[in-house]
Amino acid sequence: MRNFQFYKEKFIEFLLFGCAFLSVIATIGIALTLIVEAIAFFKIVSLKEFFTSSEWTPMFSEAKYGIAPLIAGTFLTTIIALLVAIPFGTIIAVFLSEYANKKFREAIKPVLEVLTAIPTVVFGYFALLFITPKLQVLLPDLPGFNVLSAGLVMGVMIIPYVSSLSEDAMQSVPNSLREGAYALGATKLRTAFTVIFPAALSGITSSYILAISRAVGETMIVAIAAGMQPNLTLNPTEPAQTITAYIVQVSMGDLPHGTIGYQTIFVAGLVLFIFTFLFNILGVYLRRRFREVY
Amino acid sequence: MNNGKDNYALESKNVNFFYGSKQALENITMQIPEKKVTALIGPSGCGKSTYLRLFNRMNDLIAGTKVVGEVLVKNQDIYKNNVDLVELRQHVGMVFQKSNPFPKSIFDNVAYGPRAHGIKSKDQIAYIVERSLRQAALWEEVKDSLNKNATALSGGQQQRLCIARALAVEPDVLLMDEPASALDPIATQKIEELIMDLKQNYTIVIVTHSMQQAARVSDLTAFFYMGQLIEFGPTSKIFTNPSNTRTEDYITGKFG
Repeated sequence: MRNFQFYKEKFIEFLLFGCAFLSVIATIGIALTLIVEAIAFFKIVSLKEFFTSSEWTPMFSEAKYGIAPLIAGTFLTTIIALLVAIPFGTIIAVFLSEYANKKFREAIKPVLEVLTAIPTVVFGYFALLFITPKLQVLLPDLPGFNVLSAGLVMGVMIIPYVSSLSEDAMQSVPNSLREGAYALGATKLRTAFTVIFPAALSGITSSYILAISRAVGETMIVAIAAGMQPNLTLNPTEPAQTITAYIVQVSMGDLPHGTIGYQTIFVAGLVLFIFTFLFNILGVYLRRRFREVY
Repeated sequence: MNNGKDNYALESKNVNFFYGSKQALENITMQIPEKKVTALIGPSGCGKSTYLRLFNRMNDLIAGTKVVGEVLVKNQDIYKNNVDLVELRQHVGMVFQKSNPFPKSIFDNVAYGPRAHGIKSKDQIAYIVERSLRQAALWEEVKDSLNKNATALSGGQQQRLCIARALAVEPDVLLMDEPASALDPIATQKIEELIMDLKQNYTIVIVTHSMQQAARVSDLTAFFYMGQLIEFGPTSKIFTNPSNTRTEDYITGKFG
């Protein structure tokens, strides 16, 4: 019997290890695929052109391969989304954690989190068919596809990621700190922003990083509402294409395997991968840097 | 305030206190005189901490609590609607059982209260910080490391920092909820010496589990048992000649 127990334990241990290993293998596999195809790409296109050319037109007869317009599009939609998600998400988190009573908080949290359950394609059409026309009332020259509308809606979509994680972080600040501040005569607002917020900064920062990763990687909303036109601009009222939207556009076409057009998908993917990877590392670093020992 | 024997720093009249439907205090009537140390003793769950926390309305933070009766600070009922909590807590400071420095620098911890009460001048803040740290007998130990994070201090230093932080808003009353229960004997002794010092200028109410501590530092002692005030009087009398047998049993260690 003892032997049987021993092998059962070993088997389970192996199974658990296998599951963990699988995700590592998947990551390595994806990275390798991206890198192999990207190397093939850079045999034809110079790194110099890739980074300095201001046009991205792989499908044209006179193709240009400058990644800058796609990065600009991604950067711009992300910034707009963060300008919505971070302030709103943070304020909601402060409200839920420090002001709302327990019942209200438990009722409202799932409702907020439903926002993350809406398929992003729905958000995309919401941006294109509802928000853009409303914005056009204010800005009559706004084109049907534009970065502003896509960014705003993406920001709304990301709010719960920020609010939920930040709220968890603030809730885990020990009550003794709250009492300490109140006992000195601090108001709720002051306590929230000068004691609780800094003490929860590590968790709040990771929620921001998650929001950035989410915004950089978001695909459907920008593909639908921001347009499919690579555009080196920082003007949010113009159409633009993000890295992800480009990948969608090209993958849906019928590019033959091994062509340069086909390889651009992997190069774009690699750039995206590097971005989100860097943000994750930054997130881990900041989490350690700001971690408070209570 | 010192214009007659009827002036008490703190007073409660027929106070009942409820956590939801559970009654934690029953009809407590008690007068706490100025510039004396009053110790609240009694077994765990007897209501002494709850009673202490009435006077700066710390119990308000717990949902579902209710106060019936009058709680007076400087002859004003602090549970009336128009009471300014910020002002009340400036008069009535508190030190907690577990030291709770903010994860900020030593300086910013002490400066927190004055800043919250609107003091902006840097010189004035620096002056208050030094004065408060000196009052809490911590200045000599930390004067060269004011920018160090307060959480890096030892337990005893943290607790004295919390006392300095409370003193920085210039309260009249200092509520102390078992301030030395988590400290070693030497740190405890320092806190007790500090209490003896502070009573020249402050009204101090201290909850303690240690009878020796109550005997050492307090002028008056109140014995609480199961939500009731059993006996209240000069510490010397409570410890040598209690009128109630339950007080005697507790003090002599028959239960508790």
